[in-house]
Amino acid sequence: MSEAKMPIARRSFLKMMGAGGLLLAMPAAAGDKPYLYSQAQALNCAGVLQISPAGVITFFVPRAEMGQGINTGLATLIAEELNTPPEQIQILHGGAHEDYKNPIFDMQVTGGSTSIYAHYQPLRQTAAMARELLLDAASEKLNMDRGSLHLRDGKIWLASKAYSLGDFVELAQTLPAPQAVNLKPQSKFRFIGQYNKRLDAMAKITGQARFGIDVGSPQIPGHTSVINNSDANIPNLKKAALLRCPVIGGTVKSHNGDELKSLHGVVAVVEIFNGVAVLAEHHWQAKKALTQLVVQWQLPELVKQSSPAIRQQFNAALDQRGQQAFTSGDTDAVFAGADKIITADYYAPFLAHATMEPMNCTVWLQKDVADVWVPTQAPDLSQAMAAEFCDVKRDNIRVHSTYMGGGFGRRSNQDYVAEAVAIAKASGEPVQLLFSREDDIQNDYYRPASAARYRAVLDSQGRIQAWDVNRVGPNIMAYTVDHILEAVLPQFIPNAFADWLSKRGYGVFEDWKVDSSSVEGLWEDYDCANKQVWQTTVDPGLRLGYWRSVGHSFSGFFTESFIDELALAAGQDPLAFRLAHTKNNPRLAAVLNKVAQLSNWQQRAELAAKGRYLGLASVFSFNSYVAQVAELSIVGGQPKVHKVYCVADCGQVVNPDTVKAQMEGGIVFALSAALNGEITLKDGAVEQSNFHDYPLLRLNESPEVEVAIVPSSEAPSGAGEPGVPPLAAAVANAIFAASGKRLRDLPLRLS
Amino acid sequence: MISFTLNGQQVDADLPPDTPLLWVVREHFGLSGSKFGCGKGLCGACTLHIDGAATRSCVMPLAAVAGRAVTTIEGLAQGEQLHPVQQAWLAHNVPQCGYCQPGQIMSASALLATNAKPSDDDIDAAMSGNLCRCGTYPRIRKAIKSLAASGVQQFDPKVQEVSQ
Ligand code: FES
Ligand code: FES
Repeated sequence: MSEAKMPIARRSFLKMMGAGGLLLAMPAAAGDKPYLYSQAQALNCAGVLQISPAGVITFFVPRAEMGQGINTGLATLIAEELNTPPEQIQILHGGAHEDYKNPIFDMQVTGGSTSIYAHYQPLRQTAAMARELLLDAASEKLNMDRGSLHLRDGKIWLASKAYSLGDFVELAQTLPAPQAVNLKPQSKFRFIGQYNKRLDAMAKITGQARFGIDVGSPQIPGHTSVINNSDANIPNLKKAALLRCPVIGGTVKSHNGDELKSLHGVVAVVEIFNGVAVLAEHHWQAKKALTQLVVQWQLPELVKQSSPAIRQQFNAALDQRGQQAFTSGDTDAVFAGADKIITADYYAPFLAHATMEPMNCTVWLQKDVADVWVPTQAPDLSQAMAAEFCDVKRDNIRVHSTYMGGGFGRRSNQDYVAEAVAIAKASGEPVQLLFSREDDIQNDYYRPASAARYRAVLDSQGRIQAWDVNRVGPNIMAYTVDHILEAVLPQFIPNAFADWLSKRGYGVFEDWKVDSSSVEGLWEDYDCANKQVWQTTVDPGLRLGYWRSVGHSFSGFFTESFIDELALAAGQDPLAFRLAHTKNNPRLAAVLNKVAQLSNWQQRAELAAKGRYLGLASVFSFNSYVAQVAELSIVGGQPKVHKVYCVADCGQVVNPDTVKAQMEGGIVFALSAALNGEITLKDGAVEQSNFHDYPLLRLNESPEVEVAIVPSSEAPSGAGEPGVPPLAAAVANAIFAASGKRLRDLPLRLS
Repeated sequence: MISFTLNGQQVDADLPPDTPLLWVVREHFGLSGSKFGCGKGLCGACTLHIDGAATRSCVMPLAAVAGRAVTTIEGLAQGEQLHPVQQAWLAHNVPQCGYCQPGQIMSASALLATNAKPSDDDIDAAMSGNLCRCGTYPRIRKAIKSLAASGVQQFDPKVQEVSQ
């Protein structure tokens, strides 16, 4: 595609200044960065909302759609203030731009279940602003009293006469922005809290949705993709497969690539920083040729690590005390004076994300500009990573974010961008790199393996008097920093400095501050005056990343299993024991009570008589409160989960059915891990490779899921992740009820 | 040169006969609705119909479809008229990321074409080869059951293709 076809004209008239809602009209300033797909004559509001002269409303979604339904969710916010159904709004993915930063992270990252929470006010304000401006323009142009006009269903109405929004776009661009706007009160909501369609569903059931792997395929007539058909004219796109070292971090010593060049369809063989790539006309040819590639590797330090030894190192560190992550009261004194200390050790393994769409990235480098099409959770990190591996300036790299076949945290790391850009640079060809499933499982950024020792003292009434946890394991931040730094540092700072800072400087940081994702969820939820939490770092060197629900993915299992063990020690019902310790946590108590009701918790003895057992768990994570009850039986010596009850309090809900879907999906995702998930190392290499040895839950193993949402007008909070943390413990607690066996290691194996 | 019917059209493919059908439809014919997930017949993302039967196209060599009728997700709807399975998928808001859904829909439509009222076990048998990492299984089951209950005459892709 030529420059002309992809205009980089900027018409930004409105920018939001600050989070307090002060809005100012600003003319486009020289040097401001252009938006990716914005239209020249249109009214553009803060880069996210565009009204064209033809009256088309376009929303450039600032967050990344990976299945969680955020395109619909954020469009619902816009729709509410424009008083126009979401399906009347065209959706495009906006690319990398500072105006699309996630205010929570100050980076353009989608993660941490923050999207609705972060944009709930700002996007409504932007849309309300556009509404007022268009009404002002209409009032002036029609010479009618402002009060006689209103905006509804994508039109401006004067009594029963409708005008296209486009009629007022030109004038609106010249008017001063209103000083303040009123947002719709909750009582007037038409869409928020009610809208249950998914805007992307039609594209996804007809095969039209354009994922990263589909970039460069023929355009679909009459269909505008979320990447604005920007991939229509990539010349001679080649397909690449990359052979990497079996141990992550290894480098090439020598290879026989020259011998492959005569193979059918092979265009080039190039060496890059971590392997050798074959480029061919078609993926299959590249993949097939790759099987004949022989590479001698320089093996990294990681080669010394194998899972049994790692586990021993973790166990040995359980009675050490690393850095203090939290303290309250005088925990040591209570332990010193205690007659009885209850203690238990738990373990959770490394895990891969295994998104259904394997990692991929498509790159076209030209002299001064570059295009990168990529399913990414962080377009600005993709852009910065691309800049590091080619000669094009960061600002001249256009990132087109496609639909993602799942993210779950994997697509916030940018290794596949680095590889694809390096291959494009080395070969001089526009190229699409696609991981095989084996590549994907063996070159992930893994959920950190973790062990924890819990200790507690109960008083004579069975109240928790003291609580001490030592978490042993590596820290994600150590492996994420070099993906982030290039993006957050100003462009004039050389990449080499960012590298130095991330690789060498990080150790200093790690000794000074505990990575919150290592310890979140270990202590917060229950009342107890004396608490102490420790992080003891043992790092085998396998690279790590954010895996749906992050630290809570293991701490939810640990803490909620231990609470059940304490309830048993106190001779109390697990529900009553939790309620007795949530006096300071009323929203958690409320979801516990509700899930007990839903699952007939009090009648569980009758259920047990029929061979069905219940287990309870609840976790506060990502600002949401979720309680779950798992119902299972033991079939052939193994747990079979029949049903999961789930109650979620996510504050004000925007799309109720999406929240339900996220809870269902979170439960299935978590159950996969609880029953089967485990990544192991042998001599530094990941032993699993595809779905036969890294099995995911299948439909026949999937439980029925019943979700209830707590009605709330509190601030909206997370939905994508909070469904995950309670599940493993709910299952483990039900297994205990069924078998009397307390499983303290994930995955849960009865024999 | 291998000839077969693709979404009702007679086509020829001049490719090595061991090329997996998935890459033939995706790259040679530009139909990108069928997805790559594992390349080993383990995930179902690549599912399409061969003579009406759900088939994992990533492990099906081109040579095996000579003279047969292949239907992909792009050929399932009749013009603007969605297939009943697609309609049920919309009604139940099944898709999340959507990547597995073409394969899920092709498996479900093949099941219902031969078994209009599948039992839970029938659904398990027909659908357990299709992974969904987003966890849409509870909705997939509900959507299929809604069709089984509706008793709508299912569109049979095999019959339809012959008459086209
Ligand atoms: S890609 Fe064919 S079954 Fe997975
Ligand atoms: S909808 Fe994402 S894998 Fe099924």
